[in-house]
Amino acid sequence: MKFSNYMILEFPSKSTNEAFARSAVACFAAQLDPTLEELGDIRTAVSEAVTNCIVHAYPEELGTIILRCRILKDNTLDIVVKDKGVGIADIEQARRPSYTTGGSERSGMGFTIMESFMSSLEISSCPGKGTTVHMRRKLSRRQ
Amino acid sequence: MHFTSFLEEGRLTVALNGEIDHHCAKAYIQAIAAKIEAYTPDVCILDFQDVSFVDSSGIAVVINALRSMTQIEGKLLLTGISPQPMRVFRASGIDKLVDIKEAVS
Repeated sequence: MKFSNYMILEFPSKSTNEAFARSAVACFAAQLDPTLEELGDIRTAVSEAVTNCIVHAYPEELGTIILRCRILKDNTLDIVVKDKGVGIADIEQARRPSYTTGGSERSGMGFTIMESFMSSLEISSCPGKGTTVHMRRKLSRRQ
Repeated sequence: MHFTSFLEEGRLTVALNGEIDHHCAKAYIQAIAAKIEAYTPDVCILDFQDVSFVDSSGIAVVINALRSMTQIEGKLLLTGISPQPMRVFRASGIDKLVDIKEAVS
């Protein structure tokens, strides 16, 4: 897939980086002239993906999160969030609404929100090696 | 995390602030539970007027407040919700569990 611009960020799995990650992606996405609603959806989906890395991929220790954004030719923002954490044994179960291993402080709605706010969502994972979340959002073209 | 709260005729209003994500959600959950336990209000109002962003961690904040209010047979009400938080609450179905008033734009 051809792309016209990209950026890659690497940061530790500290919860203060949740706000940093979603703001950085929103700034990068601004060149596509998204609507406020599109920008809000993208920020929310990135926040969910990065929070998953922090809460689930690296539950006991700090690890590295890699965030890559690309702008594809058809006005689509392509986002990859990658960790080298514990991985997900059963992806279908993890995607189910309200399923969480995070206790009462988590709602279990992270993947559901990523799914409904983005045009596509793919999750690949290998237990013990890490998880990659790949999502895309096609943006409307404004006159 | 920073918030203000006040009690008036059995109605506890908690005004939340800023962006609610996993980083600050736990502190909000505990602080709201402590206020509800201390005042046992008939109605708890979570005011989102100054909240610019929520993700699914915000849903957990609302669900925990709802649980606390249900235990004391009280009601939970959300007010002042701007479009981004509203989309998150709708996507999660929480708008069917709690009374919600959107922000007047």
